[in-house]
Amino acid sequence: MTETVLNCDKVQKFRGDIQVLKDVSLAVPSGARVALLGHNGAGKSTLIKSILGLIPIEGGQISICGHAPGSNAARADVAYLPESVAFQNALTGRELLTMFAGLAGIRDNDTSGALARVGLAEAADRRIKTYSKGMRQRLGLAQVMLGRPRLALLDEPTSGLDPVSRHDLYAIIDALAAEGTAVLIASHALTEVEAQTDRIAILRDGSLVADDTVANLARKAGLPIILKVQTKASDTADRIAAETGGVRVNGMSVEIRCTADGKMAALHNLSGMGAEVADIDITPPGLEDLYRHYSGVDQ
Amino acid sequence: MKAPSRILAIAKAEARVLWRNRWLAVATGIMVVFAVALSLAGSAPTGALGVDMLTVSIASMTTLGVYLIPLLALLISFDAVVGEADRGSLGLLLTYPAGRAEILAGKALAHVAALAIACIIGFGVAGALAAGFGNVSTDSLLALVRLMGTSVMLGAVFLAFGYLISSLAGSMATAAGLAAALWLIFVVLFDLALLAAVVVDGDGTFTQFVFPWLMTANPADAFRLWNIAGTESVAVAAGMSGVADSLPGWAAPLSLALWPAIAFVLACLAFKRVEP
Repeated sequence: MTETVLNCDKVQKFRGDIQVLKDVSLAVPSGARVALLGHNGAGKSTLIKSILGLIPIEGGQISICGHAPGSNAARADVAYLPESVAFQNALTGRELLTMFAGLAGIRDNDTSGALARVGLAEAADRRIKTYSKGMRQRLGLAQVMLGRPRLALLDEPTSGLDPVSRHDLYAIIDALAAEGTAVLIASHALTEVEAQTDRIAILRDGSLVADDTVANLARKAGLPIILKVQTKASDTADRIAAETGGVRVNGMSVEIRCTADGKMAALHNLSGMGAEVADIDITPPGLEDLYRHYSGVDQ
Repeated sequence: MKAPSRILAIAKAEARVLWRNRWLAVATGIMVVFAVALSLAGSAPTGALGVDMLTVSIASMTTLGVYLIPLLALLISFDAVVGEADRGSLGLLLTYPAGRAEILAGKALAHVAALAIACIIGFGVAGALAAGFGNVSTDSLLALVRLMGTSVMLGAVFLAFGYLISSLAGSMATAAGLAAALWLIFVVLFDLALLAAVVVDGDGTFTQFVFPWLMTANPADAFRLWNIAGTESVAVAAGMSGVADSLPGWAAPLSLALWPAIAFVLACLAFKRVEP
């Protein structure tokens, strides 16, 4: 039984005359990992700051486990990792976490556990000044994990990290979600979030234009699947292109675009051509195509 | 309530930073060097006035304190808010269940403690030196303790002013500029303006009734008046017994006690409006 941790209902926010959030409704249940995508300026950070209660909203409602954003109860339930997080460099990692634990009202001995979980046990007593970018980001994640939050808001958690660090970071996020924390990740790294999240929400100009699993989004978008057919000889390529309604790409291959439902029929047709077809590559629409579709780049 | 432990958590971290970036050592060093130098330089004309050397030293150190303590206080506090915002750590801090007043109170606790250490050591060393050279009375010892205590109060006023401008300024450069302007107004320009008014007015109503009160309203002057009026011999040594005599004894202490509270409330109100 999962409960809804974060519930945004028709949230509206204005900056001067410009509406930066338009009726955004988004629910995140416990244990779910939801990616929040969108261009720079689409409203991702504004939405996150609204959920944190750092800025007021002008319409709609946000509730975190039933509490208003910014209330002490909500702040105790929410953990936040800001984009390109920075800390007081003169402190050590352990001292910083001790301060955060004190602010959150958690006993000190939890800090060692959090530091060990993000792999900073050895560097715990070194000054943050000496930390690499990846270590700082992990320290940021350590403070997220303090006190087992109900909701974790991560703004670009992997920006500037190397692939190994990214992998480690997502392993920690997975563990967090497995313990029942609802995780909302704002990101630009499309391929990453495709593999690492359960659901994708896309903001465009302040409106939520998509909120579903990648598979469902692909079905709804009706984006074509691309079949790339390698032929044995160049003259057959022209013939296959003509018969299947595809396009000849270069001398020996043909590209056929078909819908998800039309894929089997097209494959059946191709297999009937026997030895003239050397090979077939099937490319389903990726998240990048979906993102371009929903965020309006193609229009 | 958990508020005291949250304030303490911030204060501990701030205190560690002040210790580690050598601020405490530098500020204490400055206080010691200037207090000792001024005490020694000011000790030359003691004989004529017939006061002991510690008393003269206190008069010199009071003048030093008026200039140096607001400066030191503004230097630690001007980046308290805007510095965190600049670094990008303010947003995260504000998502924790600590009120903004609690955050400022935690920082203030550490900053006041650091200033207190610098003042007590600085004035203490100079006072001990002066006492070693000449005779000491209970009166002059009391004056030394008063100097230390009022220095911390004066420091608290300008720390809170620092938080105020730090919350109002959009950038570190603006905050630094505002801090310099604030120091100049309270410590130099205010007195110059009063002096000019007194010169113009001569011995009129302004000089006799308004001027002493206006002077006390400025925390830096209240600090000066309290220390000088507190001990008759210090007032003689500083040549300021006239102003001090025309006011009731509670005026300067009241001013110096109210200002930190007023400035801190203003700082909290300004900080509440900051959007990270």
